[in-house]
Formats: sequence, structure tokens, C-alpha cells
Amino acid sequence: MIQTLAFYLFAFMVIASAVMVIMARNPVHSVLWLILAFFNAAGLMVLLGAEFIAMLLVIVYVGAVAVLFLFVVMMLDIDFAELRAGFVRNFPLGLLVALILFVELFVGLVAHNAGGLVPGSAAGAIDTSGASMSNIEAFGALFFERYIFLFEAAGMILLVAMIGAIVLTHRQRPDGARSHQNVGKQVRRRPGEATVMKQPGVGQGVEL
Amino acid sequence: MIGIEHYIVVSAALFVLGVLGIFLNRKNVIVILMAVELILLSVNINLVAFSAFLGDLTGQIFAMLVLTVAAAEAAIGLAILVIYFRARGTIAVDDVNRMKG
Repeated sequence: MIQTLAFYLFAFMVIASAVMVIMARNPVHSVLWLILAFFNAAGLMVLLGAEFIAMLLVIVYVGAVAVLFLFVVMMLDIDFAELRAGFVRNFPLGLLVALILFVELFVGLVAHNAGGLVPGSAAGAIDTSGASMSNIEAFGALFFERYIFLFEAAGMILLVAMIGAIVLTHRQRPDGARSHQNVGKQVRRRPGEATVMKQPGVGQGVEL
Repeated sequence: MIGIEHYIVVSAALFVLGVLGIFLNRKNVIVILMAVELILLSVNINLVAFSAFLGDLTGQIFAMLVLTVAAAEAAIGLAILVIYFRARGTIAVDDVNRMKG
């Protein structure tokens, strides 16, 4: 009973916040609705017993990707009203395509339920029911043994993305200087030219 | 009782909403990127649901790889957005023809 209730709560909230993401007038609100959608999707995955993926969603999406979006939206000075110009004009066509797509997906589901394809257990599947080991333990055992090369490929993808983002957004200063600091000048500095000793008399100020 | 069909319907609805978002906000590339994130999220829900109901953990591995690619895609997409804004002063993408492709 509580499972059914939780599922419908999370599912309704995911769908509602996804609608708000694409409908919100202000992109900042869109990002905030996106965060809510990710939280509720994480709830759905906890219901499914995939705790590790759920926590990963919260950490990676909410903690990194959504904050990245928020930074970019707030740092760029954009006229968002002008960008919504074609919204009403695109609405009928978009709704038609979305409706066709959803009906197609739904027909596939109904056809599957009518019989035919029976999904069995994959060969060498690792049981996730949690009887022998926890979800994260089984995940790690599978990921770092059988799928170790995929793990390394994922690391390479992240490295390339990081280098790409830095190269794309790095900006050379127009005067050719690398930064505000002049290291040679800083190193050449001696105490004699940086400080002076003063012996002010009583009741007199210091001339600087 | 909640079966796998329920999860697939949620995933399908999320996917369709992502596609609709791309259609509706054709000019605003930030919202388009967010719609792509929604689509990838729906794929993740699908993978994890099948993984849980078939009792095979491989689906969750692939969900994590999808997550990795989604994070990389968001970073690169936003970097391109930032340099495009620097060059043009706007992010309206319905007339991007700088590379004459």
C-alpha cells in the first residue's frame, strides 16, 4: 500500500515538474523545477531498490549539473522574453508530435502485454534482491570486474569533456599578459624598497 | 501492485515531455539543454526499472554510464553556449549559421 502511494506521489511529481521545466517563463525557475524532477526520479529509483543510482542522481545532477545550469543562466545577460517569441506558434506542431510519440510508445507497451516476448533473466545475471549483498556492493563487484573497461572509458569521456570545456571558455587577456600578477617583479622585490623605518616623536604624526 | 508497466509509462511520458520541450523552446538553447537532460533521465528510469524487474544489475551499470555522458554533454553544451554568447551577444539558436554548414 505504502509502495503504491509512494510510486504515484513520485511519478506525479516527476511529470508535473517536467511540465513546469518546459513551460516556465523564467529559465531560473526551469532549473529549479528540473532539480525537483531529479529528486523525485531519485525517489522512484529508491523504490526500485537502486539506491546507488538514486544517490548518484542527487549528487551528480542536483549537485553539479543543475548548479552549472544555474550559474550559466544567471551569469549571461539574456533577454528571455524575446526568446519566447515562437512559443505559441510552435505549440500545435509540438503537441502533435508529442502526442504521436506517446501513443506509439503506449501501443508498444500494450502490444507487449498482449503476449509474445517474455523477458527472462540474462545469462550470468547478478541478483539484486539484496539477500546476499547490498545494492552498492553488488554494483561495485560487477562494475569493477566485468565492466572495468567501460569504467575507464567513462573516465576518459569525463577527462575529454573537462579539457574541452576549459579550452573553449578560456580567454586570453587582450594585452597578452597571462594574468594580473607579474611574477618576476614580485620575486625581484627586496625588503629595502618595500618597508621604511620611522621614529615618530611624541605628539607628532608620520609623514608618508 | 506496481509493475514494470507503470515505470515504463512514467519514463515514456518524461521522454515525450523532453521532446515537446525542444519543440516549444526552439530559440532558447538553455531550455533545450534542460529538455535533453529530461530525455536522458527518462532513459535512466527505463534502464533501472528493467534492471530491477529482471533481476540483472547490468542495467544500472548502463544507467551510470548514461549519467556520465549526460554530465559531459551538459558541460560541453554550456561551454559552447558561453562562447556563442560572447561572440554574438544573444543565445537565439534558430539562426545559427556562423560556420555556414
